[in-house]
Amino acid sequence: MIQLVPRQSASNTWQIATPLLAVLATMITGGLLFAIMGHNPVAAIRTIFWDPLFGMASSYSRPQLLVKAAPLILIASGLAIGFRAGIWNIGAEGQYIMGAITGAAVALALYPLEAWWLFPAMVAAGLAGGWAWGMIPALLRNWFGASEILVSLMLVYVAQRIAAWMAFGPMRNPQGMGFPGSRNLQQYPSASNPELIAGTGAHWGVVAAAFAVLATWFLMSRHIRGFHVRAAGTAPRAARFAGVRPAVLVAFCLGLSGALAGAAGLFEVAGPAGQITDRIGVGYGFTAIIVAFLGRLHPVGILLAGLLLALTYIGGELAQLTMGLPAASVQVFQGMLLFFLLGFDLLTRYQIRRRITA
Amino acid sequence: MMIDPLSVFLLLLGASTPILFAALGELVVERAGVLNLGVEGMMITGALAGFGAAYSTGNPFLGFLVAACAGAAISMLFAALTQVFLANQVASGLALTLFGLGLAAMLGKPFEGVRAPAMPAGPLRINWIVWLGLVMVPLVWWFLNRTRSGLILRAVGENHEAAHALGYNIRLTRLAAIAFGGAMAGVGGAFISIATVLQWTEGMTAGAGWIALAIVVFSNWTAPGVLAGAWLFGGVTVLQLRLQAAGVAVPVQLLSMAPYLATIIVLVAISARQKFSRRAGTGAPGSLGTNFHALR
Repeated sequence: MIQLVPRQSASNTWQIATPLLAVLATMITGGLLFAIMGHNPVAAIRTIFWDPLFGMASSYSRPQLLVKAAPLILIASGLAIGFRAGIWNIGAEGQYIMGAITGAAVALALYPLEAWWLFPAMVAAGLAGGWAWGMIPALLRNWFGASEILVSLMLVYVAQRIAAWMAFGPMRNPQGMGFPGSRNLQQYPSASNPELIAGTGAHWGVVAAAFAVLATWFLMSRHIRGFHVRAAGTAPRAARFAGVRPAVLVAFCLGLSGALAGAAGLFEVAGPAGQITDRIGVGYGFTAIIVAFLGRLHPVGILLAGLLLALTYIGGELAQLTMGLPAASVQVFQGMLLFFLLGFDLLTRYQIRRRITA
Repeated sequence: MMIDPLSVFLLLLGASTPILFAALGELVVERAGVLNLGVEGMMITGALAGFGAAYSTGNPFLGFLVAACAGAAISMLFAALTQVFLANQVASGLALTLFGLGLAAMLGKPFEGVRAPAMPAGPLRINWIVWLGLVMVPLVWWFLNRTRSGLILRAVGENHEAAHALGYNIRLTRLAAIAFGGAMAGVGGAFISIATVLQWTEGMTAGAGWIALAIVVFSNWTAPGVLAGAWLFGGVTVLQLRLQAAGVAVPVQLLSMAPYLATIIVLVAISARQKFSRRAGTGAPGSLGTNFHALR
């Protein structure tokens, strides 16, 4: 008979081993799934995980890695802090959309002004938009005790409809022949977020993501706020005695993760996406939740997990083109990854022993 | 603008049915002490499986049966994670939703653009499944409050340590509750694809599962409360659609926010009442969202 014995503290070895195990298990199960659907499993896995980096079209797809990883890492860095404290912001997708809208609004209002300060102002507006959208669930939780999980999630649907309204109404390009969607910011030099070094895919969002990794690492391991977050997550009652005020922490975590998601949205709309459309939200906010967990809520882990999930996006597109795999198979992959991770996580918190039965 | 009260009520019944099923199922799950945030994923699974079965066999009722089985089956992934692998319930529920949405989108491609078979109308020309939902309300109430099994289930949800000490099987009780929740969410999702939209489209549940979760909070964890919440939601949806049809000078995109905004407002109002009320505040089960690991 097998028995589970709780560990005194989480196993460091398994902390690192479980994400790797989860990735491996996902590849195997995913391969089986593709085999059932009548595709060559080895070819499919290679197309998703290997070809984007080292295959034939890698000169095109490699820069895409940073383009896709930047928003994931930026959003996940913020989410992870809240998750550590047991504050569940699952509406990052909405904060991302609102950041894109408020940031783009600055540029569209000032068009065709060219000024060096325009882009920084847009970033500030994007941060503020995401922050404000994140503060709604924070305040509703602090004032009325409403669940931040449900409120932040509901606000995703509201944000999606605001984006659609903007694309068809107030922000529609007056020179767009009546098509929905705003002006394309890529064609507006002061407002655009271009590739900084040709061939790398690195735009300002990538710089911001790298900065976010460093800043959150500093916050969590060297700053008193980070200590409060960790204390509130592991021992809420003890944290109160240590002077942690829950309401402040809720506002801080939701505000910060909202602001980072908003910035991610702004970098996207000013760069790769180019314009506000009703499809500005592409699910980065939800995938970032998986990135945060796969990265063990640790900045360095999030960096690696963000790159890996970015790879699945690019590999998924490639597999769609070359093998005709359905587009949604990436989503299935990502969901499976989280399942396996949560399952294997048992090993970090419990020891498995054989029970000696008399 | 003419709005005939009876026809509005009939529309309201239809609009509230998916939420009613999903929320009744989640009510039982939460009363057993489990918070399953995967309702949206189970609903979309049911919506696809039900539609696929109804379309392939031409029998919509068989579709609902398959949807219930599919919802229960996928809920077992969540059950395995939380009850066997003792994983965090919030994260596991989210995983179920993300996985379910992806899986349904992937497997649903062949069913895009085809129409569901027509459903025979039930008594009073109201859909049979709507009737079933209405019957489920007193049934769930009776089960929770008037049967021995319901009492055990509530004990498990209220204090799993004590229930374990009394010799009740926590894991089995919760597995059964999660499966029931999955089946109900599956039927709710299938109602959207088979009886409302009559088509399969990706992501067609559009947050209904999350609204169902909010309705459970609104109900203060009671079956009649769930019915009231579902009708309130249905009313807002119908009103919003009526206003759209009447061509009110508000953009369609803003009108379609109404159900989500209403959910937030209702959630805030009920949370505030539970927080500030002088009588013992909330009806939330004591062990809600926490895992149980028997050391002995």
